Amino acid sequence: MFDIYNFAKVKMSVIIIMLVGSLIISLGFLMAFLWNVKDNQYEDDFSPSRRILFDNTTTEDKPTQ
Amino acid sequence: MQSSNKLSTNCYHCGENCNNNKIRLEDKVFCCDGCKLVYEILNENNLCTYYDLNDNPGLTQKIKVRENKFSFLDDIQIQQKLLQFTDGKQTHLTFYLPQMHCSSCLWLIENLHKINKGVVASTVNFTKKEVFIIYQNDLTTLRKVVESLTAIGYEPHISLQDVEEQKIQFSEKSKLYKLGVAGFCFANIMMMSVPEYLVSDSILEKDIRSVLTTLIIVFSLPVFFYCASEFFVAAWKGIKNKYLNIDVPVALAILITFLRSFYEVFYGNGAGYFDSMSGIVFFMLIGRYLQDKTYQSISFDRDYKSFFPVAVNVIKENKAVPTPIENVKVGDTIQIYNNELIPVDAILSKGKAAINYSFVSGESMPVHVNIGEIIYAGGKQMDGAIELLVVKEVSQSYLTNLWNKDIFKHKEKKTNSFIHVLSKYFTLIVLGIAALAASYWFIQKEYTLMWNTITTVLIVACPCTLLLAATYTNGFVMNVFNQNKFYLRHADVIENISKIKHIVFDKTGTLTQNDSMIVQYHGNVLSLDDKQAIVAILKQSAHPLSKAIIAFLKIEDEFSIENFKETLGKGMEAWIHEKYYIIGSEEFVLNTKTSGKENSSIVFLKVDNQLLGNFTIQNQYRFGFNALIQSLKSKFTMSVLSGDNSAEKENLQQLLGQESEILFHQKPEDKLKYIQHLQDTKHLNVMMVGDGLNDAGALKQSNVGITITENSNNFSPACDAILDATQFSNIDKFIALSCKAQKVIIISFVVSFIYNVIGLYFAVQGILSPFIAAILMPCSSVSIILLTFSLIKLETARLKLSKPDKNHIM
Repeated sequence: MFDIYNFAKVKMSVIIIMLVGSLIISLGFLMAFLWNVKDNQYEDDFSPSRRILFDNTTTEDKPTQ
Repeated sequence: MQSSNKLSTNCYHCGENCNNNKIRLEDKVFCCDGCKLVYEILNENNLCTYYDLNDNPGLTQKIKVRENKFSFLDDIQIQQKLLQFTDGKQTHLTFYLPQMHCSSCLWLIENLHKINKGVVASTVNFTKKEVFIIYQNDLTTLRKVVESLTAIGYEPHISLQDVEEQKIQFSEKSKLYKLGVAGFCFANIMMMSVPEYLVSDSILEKDIRSVLTTLIIVFSLPVFFYCASEFFVAAWKGIKNKYLNIDVPVALAILITFLRSFYEVFYGNGAGYFDSMSGIVFFMLIGRYLQDKTYQSISFDRDYKSFFPVAVNVIKENKAVPTPIENVKVGDTIQIYNNELIPVDAILSKGKAAINYSFVSGESMPVHVNIGEIIYAGGKQMDGAIELLVVKEVSQSYLTNLWNKDIFKHKEKKTNSFIHVLSKYFTLIVLGIAALAASYWFIQKEYTLMWNTITTVLIVACPCTLLLAATYTNGFVMNVFNQNKFYLRHADVIENISKIKHIVFDKTGTLTQNDSMIVQYHGNVLSLDDKQAIVAILKQSAHPLSKAIIAFLKIEDEFSIENFKETLGKGMEAWIHEKYYIIGSEEFVLNTKTSGKENSSIVFLKVDNQLLGNFTIQNQYRFGFNALIQSLKSKFTMSVLSGDNSAEKENLQQLLGQESEILFHQKPEDKLKYIQHLQDTKHLNVMMVGDGLNDAGALKQSNVGITITENSNNFSPACDAILDATQFSNIDKFIALSCKAQKVIIISFVVSFIYNVIGLYFAVQGILSPFIAAILMPCSSVSIILLTFSLIKLETARLKLSKPDKNHIM
């Protein structure tokens, strides 16, 4: 027969697993955000987006000759 | 070819109009040799992508940077102050490049290594307009790096301020960290509170519940101790100064919510209000972040030091030795070149001096100084190189003294913001309600319910929604201003603007454009020969009036002149083609004493002792000036202060109306005293709109000091707000929006008040469950934010401020 008490118990332990999973994921996002801030990604919102459009000039090393 | 010659073409480098198309290279036209030179350097180094990214991305190079200008950078003492790091092989340093304005600039500066082989890397921070450079010491020197930057048109700004004090690095990082942590904790606490609300006790098992509650408490700790710390610090500062500031009620609410929740958890009454607490902190932090966003490229606290050079050439044994300014001693002879600022009080010993004191006094016409006369610090030499004998050191000079005078020192402006006042009363009322409800339950002898009621009333009636209304409204308004190139020092300025009753304008540089003049000619028609002769004579002089007339006559070819004679500051005479020309002031040309009316801006012309006519030269008022005055006239009283002569008086009086005061020959102190007079005797809130250092005192004294700047990277004195000159005609709209913002705040107050009344209705009865609190809190916060946002957007659209102009950015 359907046992409401046991059903709840199983459901709840699943909730704990889900909880741990979601916490790990959200912690990952928090870390990513803090890393971004630390890396000065919010300091200058103009240059990186333009830099990527330039033809491999900035990465090109010392000119030949 | 012929027809294209007649069309006015724009300079390939800077886009400025070329009057003649003389300077060309291949199919490209340049306005000056400077621009052409930059093009040649870039072309040589294969850097012409610069011109492909944007059209005419450069800045005009008409004013040439003199050779050896940077020789002071060879001085080790100065070098050490500028460098960030060096190990003898590699050196790191950061330059401020105010000219940077588009993606072409970014591209070119990051390719500096192609021009200067010693540069290892150059990285641009565009918002700060800074470039971080690493160079190799064995391949290049600091001076050469600076010179290569200058050669391509990006002269780094190196001022006394850079050398004397290390810039305080303003970082928004800690705010972002707090915001991130608060958001993370808030979201998780909300999520984990859900089963608490939705699942009935019988199903929710005890151990699962305790796991959730423990996690909630763990997440609330960083919110309380880390994210909310700034509210506690600010509140504590307020209490210490016996001032009930805006943070006191917020801190109180956060503290009580936190403690009450702990109490509930330990006595097993539920999960408490941790979700509400972290929500409050999160929303408040976002609001603060929006409101306090700093403009990294703009400094509001510049003093004379950021205008002064780092070093001057001191002449020792017939040799010019670059010397740091603080080492210049009384009795030294210094060399000052064209267009350079004189940093010390000195006596002219050699050369032709035409000193522009507009920096200090606001008078735009240069003063001619004879040998042996004194020149004060802050003047700018306009006419070639001169030599000066130092009589006072930098720290003792007239300008430094002026700046350090007590009246110029910043007085803490007491802002008695109505938000502060309101929050004070609000706090008192809430405490009153809590006390009333408590005493009711006390009489009923329901003691637990009494404590419940006190705490819930304080939690529910948290003034946060009220504060959110103000912070978010200000944040949105700041954003609109920012897009329109009107930069406020901080959010309180918005409220100050809305209280303005009187506006004081500076004339030179504020109402008028600095380098643009309108010339009119009255008298007999000039023949081509006459015109050419006049241009030939005027070209001998560096006086701005001469330059204005030359530009007006638009003549290219010149005659050679004989027997030229100039009387400095008065006029010139010369023989050309057997004709005798005299050009100059009324006194000089007509030998009459100047009649009462001042007319230094009228130039008379006499040929062979016969008066031909005169040129009237007027400053050109900024675009939209008339319309602005007409729109301001109805709401405010106005006055104009000028360091200049009174030539423009009638014109201005007509524009502003008879009741406006227009004062001339105003020294910096006079301007300050005038504002003080308005504030003290007439009790008016005064807005001062100025530009130069000569307005600095007045800008500080006024309730709102606005600095106009031709380009927002330029240097402006300390003030409350900086306005880009192109947006000058929008001042009335900015004021209107500020007034409207106050209304929006009041409307939001009313709405949040309704929320509070609903919450309090439950709270005083002691029946408010965490469930209702959890719904009410984010709902009220979010709806208030949406409300202020849409109202400000609506008003912005109505005032037509919504279209930010983004030219020159690709």
